[in-house]
Amino acid sequence: MAAIAGPLRSYRSVFAARFMLMLQYRAAAVAGFVTQCWWGIIKVMVFAAFFHGATARQPLSFPQTVAYVWLGQAFLMLMPWWGDPEITEMVRSGNVSYERLRPLDTYFFWYARALAWISARMVPRAAMMFAFVALLLPLLGLGQWGLAPPPSPRAAALFVAGMVMAVLLSGAVLMLINLLVVVLISDRGPSLLATQTVTLLSGILVPLPFFPGWMRSFLFLQPCAGLADIPFRIYSGNLAGGLALAGLLLMLVWIIALIAIGRRLMERVMSRLEVQGG
Amino acid sequence: MNGIRLYWRFLAASVRAQMQFPGSFLMLLISQALASSAEFVGIWALFRHFGQIKGWTFAEVAVFYAVINMSFSITEVTARGFDIFGPQFVKTGNFDRLLLRPRSTPLQLLGHECRLTRFDRFVQGAVVLVVAAHFVHLDLSIATLTLLLATIAGGVALFAGIMILQATLSFWTIESLEVANTLTYGGVEASQYPLDIYVRWFRQFLIFVVPLACVGYFPVVRILGRHDSLGAPAWLSSVSPLMGFLFLAVALRVWRMGIRHYRSTGS
Repeated sequence: MAAIAGPLRSYRSVFAARFMLMLQYRAAAVAGFVTQCWWGIIKVMVFAAFFHGATARQPLSFPQTVAYVWLGQAFLMLMPWWGDPEITEMVRSGNVSYERLRPLDTYFFWYARALAWISARMVPRAAMMFAFVALLLPLLGLGQWGLAPPPSPRAAALFVAGMVMAVLLSGAVLMLINLLVVVLISDRGPSLLATQTVTLLSGILVPLPFFPGWMRSFLFLQPCAGLADIPFRIYSGNLAGGLALAGLLLMLVWIIALIAIGRRLMERVMSRLEVQGG
Repeated sequence: MNGIRLYWRFLAASVRAQMQFPGSFLMLLISQALASSAEFVGIWALFRHFGQIKGWTFAEVAVFYAVINMSFSITEVTARGFDIFGPQFVKTGNFDRLLLRPRSTPLQLLGHECRLTRFDRFVQGAVVLVVAAHFVHLDLSIATLTLLLATIAGGVALFAGIMILQATLSFWTIESLEVANTLTYGGVEASQYPLDIYVRWFRQFLIFVVPLACVGYFPVVRILGRHDSLGAPAWLSSVSPLMGFLFLAVALRVWRMGIRHYRSTGS
């Protein structure tokens, strides 16, 4: 028992330390929040205009689309766009070699840091965004532009579960980017690739149900759907019942698969690590 | 006059430095242009699904998209010095050095770095424009092409003005302000669609506060040969790109006021 509890405590401390550190950047969070409100307003207006002339039944209703857009803004910081900047810096300076000396599993050590980095940047912004779109906008009489509550307590509960899993999934994707950075000794290519792929495939650019029909099953099954599309559609009730559970199960499968792939890669990368600097 | 020659030398030096590895540079540019088309893929998906947006077709919206992205790209490439002004010049105290030199500070900052890799947006915009021009049967007369060039030039001036205002703010805040992204990147995002799809207060903001509509919507409506549903007279569409230069002139005035408030951080 102690054999498991020991390392777990270390990972928890790593998480807590990084989480508290990231919370210090309050000014950045406020600035980002204002930017994201602005962005969300533009997107909602664009969708209102698109829906204006549309008569056919849509795969996502207008209120569901608005919820999707605002959730996308609230959880923008969840997206694994770059590798962990601390790891990138270690790779640049060569300090990454020290990571081999720590008496911990390097994968889970970095994974705990990644989870803290993601959630600490995400939580304050998401809280502010929820206050703005779910409380302030309806109070100002702009409720139809704001975020409506989930249709049922069940949807709300599944959404919360989905978001926790989304963080775990995002961390697993981020680890793959980290490993790519370690192999290539540069973060430029991996960030470029990851930013565009994640933006397009998660649905935060355009909700996935608006893509052409022949792409939809692929878009649902690929791992990035779990970062936004699946939990956001569960929130608005667009994905309910068996489909919602299937979506969550799919996320779980991807989390386990990506962690397994990441660990295997980590072993290979670390056994032939190239270090630069002196 | 001497200033312009000096500026070209700044540019040439920066370009030469980045061209040390021409193959790698070209690869980076192309991959970035391809990668950054995700945004356009999104617009394509929405039009494929909905067909049109308040009477505008995909090809027409593509022209709005191309024009504003080409403008913004040129500003991004050239005005980098203003973009990073807070952290790299005020916080470090490096601005003191610029003040000592017998040249104007905007000139030195413009010449600071010419970020060629950000040219990807321009390449992408130009490709979109050429293809879209074919589909909307763009009138290729001298008058239209002149207006097109003037529109892009006005847009460059307007975005440069925004970046100068952002830099001016850092005289007080020291840090750079991410909020300015709402006007730069957010401005591009908003101008990718025709103005008349937005609600009234937002339209007024884009016309009177930050005149993005004057370097996008109004002239492009004229270029497309469409009638403006907002009722702007035709002559206004032709002269509206001038608003971009006016905005830049105001921004430079504010910049000069800001310099008087500058206090070195002493580091």
